[in-house]
Amino acid sequence: MAELIAKSPLEGQAPLTRAGLTLSMVAPRSIWSLALYPGADPGPALGLPGLRFPAPGESVTEGDVSLIWTGREQAFLLGMAPPAGLSAQVAVTDQSGAWAGLRLAGRGEEGAEAALSRLVPLDLRLRAFPLGRVARTALNHINAIVWRRDEAGFTLFVPRSMAFSAWHEIAVVLDRLAARESGRGRG
Amino acid sequence: MRIEGKGIIDRTREVKFRFDGRDYSGFRGDTLASALLANGVRLMGRSFKYHRPRGVLSAGSEEPNALVEVLGKTIRTPNTRATMQEIFEGLDTRSQNRIGSLRHDLLAVNDLFSRFLSAGFYYKTFMWPRHFWEGLYEPLIRRAAGLGSLAQVHDEGVYEKAWAHCDLLVIGAGPAGLMAALVAARSGADVILAEEQPILGGRLIGDGGVIGAEPAALWLAGVEAELRAHPNVRIMTRTTVTGAYDNGTYGALERVGLHRSPRPSLPRECFWRIVAGRTVLASGAHERHIAFPMNDRPGIMLASAVRTYLNRFGVAPGKRVTLFAANDQARQTARDLMAAGVQVAAIIDPRQDVSVVEDCPVHSGAEVIDTKGRHALRAITVRKGAEVFDIETDCLAVSGGWNPALHLTCHMNSRPRWSDELAAFVPVADAVPGLEAVGAANGDFSTHAALLGGKAAAGAALLALGHKVAPVALPAAEDAPYTHRAIWAVAGEGRAWLDLANDVTLKDVQQSARENFASVEHMKRYTTQGMAPDQGKNSNVAALAVLADATGRGIAETGTTTFRPPYVPVSIAAMGAGGRGKGFAPERFMTSDQASRDRLAPMIEAGLWYRPAYFPKPGETTWREACDREVLMVRNAVGVCDVSTLGKIDVQGPDAGRFLDLVYANTISTLAPGKVRYGLMLREDGLVMDDGTAARLGQDHYLLTTTTAAAGQVMRHLDFVHQAFCADWKVRVISVTEGFAQFAVAGPKARALIDTMLDAPLGDLPFMGVVQTAIGGVQARLFRISFSGEEGYEIAVPVDYGEALFRDLLARAETMGGGPYGVEALNVLRIEKGFLTHAELDGRASADDLGLGAMVSTKKDCIGRAASRRPGLHGPAREQLVGLKAMAEISAGAHLFRPADAVERVNDQGHVTSVCWSPVLDLWLGLGFLQNGRARYGEKIRLVDHLRGIDVECEVTHPVFFDPDGGRMRG
Amino acid sequence: MRLTCPLCGPRDRREFTYLGAEDYLHRPAPDAPRDAPPDALSEAWDSYLHLRDNPAGPTRDLWYHEQGCAAWLLVSRNTITHEITGVELVANRKGGAA
Repeated sequence: MAELIAKSPLEGQAPLTRAGLTLSMVAPRSIWSLALYPGADPGPALGLPGLRFPAPGESVTEGDVSLIWTGREQAFLLGMAPPAGLSAQVAVTDQSGAWAGLRLAGRGEEGAEAALSRLVPLDLRLRAFPLGRVARTALNHINAIVWRRDEAGFTLFVPRSMAFSAWHEIAVVLDRLAARESGRGRG
Repeated sequence: MRIEGKGIIDRTREVKFRFDGRDYSGFRGDTLASALLANGVRLMGRSFKYHRPRGVLSAGSEEPNALVEVLGKTIRTPNTRATMQEIFEGLDTRSQNRIGSLRHDLLAVNDLFSRFLSAGFYYKTFMWPRHFWEGLYEPLIRRAAGLGSLAQVHDEGVYEKAWAHCDLLVIGAGPAGLMAALVAARSGADVILAEEQPILGGRLIGDGGVIGAEPAALWLAGVEAELRAHPNVRIMTRTTVTGAYDNGTYGALERVGLHRSPRPSLPRECFWRIVAGRTVLASGAHERHIAFPMNDRPGIMLASAVRTYLNRFGVAPGKRVTLFAANDQARQTARDLMAAGVQVAAIIDPRQDVSVVEDCPVHSGAEVIDTKGRHALRAITVRKGAEVFDIETDCLAVSGGWNPALHLTCHMNSRPRWSDELAAFVPVADAVPGLEAVGAANGDFSTHAALLGGKAAAGAALLALGHKVAPVALPAAEDAPYTHRAIWAVAGEGRAWLDLANDVTLKDVQQSARENFASVEHMKRYTTQGMAPDQGKNSNVAALAVLADATGRGIAETGTTTFRPPYVPVSIAAMGAGGRGKGFAPERFMTSDQASRDRLAPMIEAGLWYRPAYFPKPGETTWREACDREVLMVRNAVGVCDVSTLGKIDVQGPDAGRFLDLVYANTISTLAPGKVRYGLMLREDGLVMDDGTAARLGQDHYLLTTTTAAAGQVMRHLDFVHQAFCADWKVRVISVTEGFAQFAVAGPKARALIDTMLDAPLGDLPFMGVVQTAIGGVQARLFRISFSGEEGYEIAVPVDYGEALFRDLLARAETMGGGPYGVEALNVLRIEKGFLTHAELDGRASADDLGLGAMVSTKKDCIGRAASRRPGLHGPAREQLVGLKAMAEISAGAHLFRPADAVERVNDQGHVTSVCWSPVLDLWLGLGFLQNGRARYGEKIRLVDHLRGIDVECEVTHPVFFDPDGGRMRG
Repeated sequence: MRLTCPLCGPRDRREFTYLGAEDYLHRPAPDAPRDAPPDALSEAWDSYLHLRDNPAGPTRDLWYHEQGCAAWLLVSRNTITHEITGVELVANRKGGAA
């Protein structure tokens, strides 16, 4: 018999605050991919209580549970395991450990956008990327899911094996933003 | 010299800097050029070819002469324009392109040989004796050539890149740009205002004047304050837009830290990619020089630059200034100087009937035909009709007219239009979709025209974007007509420069025409006019006019070369920002990474992953010792290896089997649940793409593995086949590589080890089977597959448990005489068994080459089937997979020859793909491809590797060297 | 260069990988009985694998939104003007089953 202890990516990594922004890890720990077969009804027949299948770029949240769009006819279910009554028209895959969650927040949306614009080619202006919007994009060569989860900032998911690289990239960006700002008054 | 009461520099903040080893002081807001001029330093560089003494010509980014090196602790930046380098405390700079000192440059001797150094001289000289070229001439020329020099160390500076998005991009913050930004700002659109200088205002800073009812400076301050207060406006100063690209994308270079003392993490530059809905180009215009004899001395400057030095920096570039100009606008320079108390000796105007009423002497119908003063201008010679006379002067302000700065409009394969009226090129409308040029950039030179143009263009852009347009009053401003006469050159005795930066003279262009390099494209390359760091900003039009004249054509007919990005030189470090060192690619780590490093395993890069090469034990001194031990450990006891990096793809749905039959050469749909099958994937051209396994986990559920390096490619391929050919099938595919940690446990004791781990007894798991099980309550999948040839298993657990499982497996293995093994041993074990990796599957091998022809099912279609039937991929002419045995070291990459044949390409029989020393067989083993190999087992073959000096006789064998029946695997 | 993915919206070209011309979508039917001996490629297959037009003007090609939603896209563009005139999802095309 054996006893195994789980360890999340970036386990023990303390949050980093610089340039008015805080980078921290998030652990939703439960991520399930739901992929619809052709002809599947994305409405209530899907069997997801209180949630509907998100449209491209959309996220749907009910309490602690969210469904975020991640591809053609595909969404990630966060915060709960797929319910028993889930339609047979959905392919379900456990993605729980596969993604490392990061959060970049602080100083209103502009602050986090300034940092992310160094790494992500997306138009992150509030009106192009409103509250609740999800996008699959690149974080400097790293496949990333970017989610404006709330007013305070962004939640990012990157492949677990690249968690350190993603953290490092963002930390470096924050260092440089802070360096730009210091001594700014002296023009 | 500094003029009291003039300039907008901050005289309360003194700044100390260094030039050529001497200390000077200036003020915050000064550039190196303005501060040097204020200190009376006029000699700032040596020209490219002739090493003539040069001073600053301009006040902007088009500067061709004053190129210096900026020195830092670890960075040396050559070819920095002194006009753009703001001074900061401790700035250390040095002139370049001289041997000895700037004042006494040993290479100035070149100027004496100028007759032999004209255009294209290197095609006509240094020919004889021929053997002198490599030993003498070339090193000499190389030493003398170039401008700045490189530091020969890596640039460790910090460079950034970033993206920005906006509705309206305004390029240039002069009156036209400010007006455009104001309209868009009040309309609520997202605006980016990019300004090359550290301050806004453009021409308003140098020219002054009145806008509305107030001095231009006040109007400017008011507009700037308003723009800064709008949250939808981003003002980017020190930012040069360098290129216009497709779909509204612009490249821009921001100087972030070059004007500040270096500090950690402060970027030197940031390269921006700006995506704009619409763009207004308000980049202004460049003043032209005139090609009169000896027009390159320190102290000869553009008239608008003299004005800028006076009004922006409070510096008079000379004590007794003269003006040579054929347009009315330039006279303002003389007036401003005189109002500031600077003596103006004379205005020389080539035009006949012009006003001669100024507060200084005016010579109409006159030209400058010569100048004197080696290290600084002393006097000029003027010809007026039959009269010739000298004027003492230490600064000659020149204006040959204005060229709209329209470069960006040509970046998408457009050429500008010649305007006879302006004697200048002007932009063609819509040359860049979504971009409109306004103000001086469009050939509309008055301040009023700039304000009007900026307002109108912003309005049109906003409407095109579906935005409402806020009303903005148009303030009154001067609207003087552009009265001028085109004057390109003045006939005379001495050399007259066109391209100061590359030392190209009037005579060079005329010579080019004479030697029939008459097209402008040829003239440019033959003379190198326009090819220097200033990219011809100061010489293109004049050179064109001279060429037109020399070839008897009009300027419009002669045409122009085109402009390409970047508009100003951009450091490669800035363009490649973020791509250096760890930024080049992400690093991927397995969950066993720390435990491996704890055991001092050297980690090697396998694609983006880090994998342990071997696990050294105390006393082992070479990698081979560790590797040999690990191989024997696996064959005799048990070994544990992290194989999480292999691609894992989850395939589900009622049509999953059908889909897999399409992408695999062999049949997968007949696999029973709980079974695993080796699969071969072909490319559509019939060659092998990848091999791996397919496991059936359930009725409609499969799990595929791919080679580590091919995971992305296979995923892309599966997505293509699915979406292109069977989008209506009920099948979904997703990568699960990241979600599971997977460990190989192999060896005679593997089963026993695993049995101690599982919650329930293992039972009888047949070879090539898979079962769902649990370890300490954690769900796990157990595969019985082998890459080592021993009885082998792979355990997959959710990745969060990977590290714990790895450490536990190792602890248990070590109690059984086993332990971890790395990729070196992994490779030896599989070579001993003739198992394939992408060393063999290199994209050139067919299934038949690999001996796997029978795997391509004849009962179904699959990707690659049609092309795999090509006769050229079959038969004895093909190089087929074989094994090689040798007593001496052999190498991968070696080629194979018959022992009797000469080692020449024509006799090449094949090549070697993988080799290893086998501690099990005490032999060197290799896998490779040999012509008709399968018919040649037992033959002796010669293996040659010239690079490593290896020439060894080998025996050709079947590729499976050890346990050919596979009894050890199948148990 | 920017492409508008029908699902994700306008994106920088770095998110995409280029495969080749639209021709790849028109896979010929298997051209011989499955157990037939090795034989030369039919014209249809040879053309599918090896022959391409190289137009100066409108062209259609296949791009993969690799650093995005993983959708395959059929892009209509002009090789002279660089204008992108249309982007469709490959998966939404009618037919195409192998």
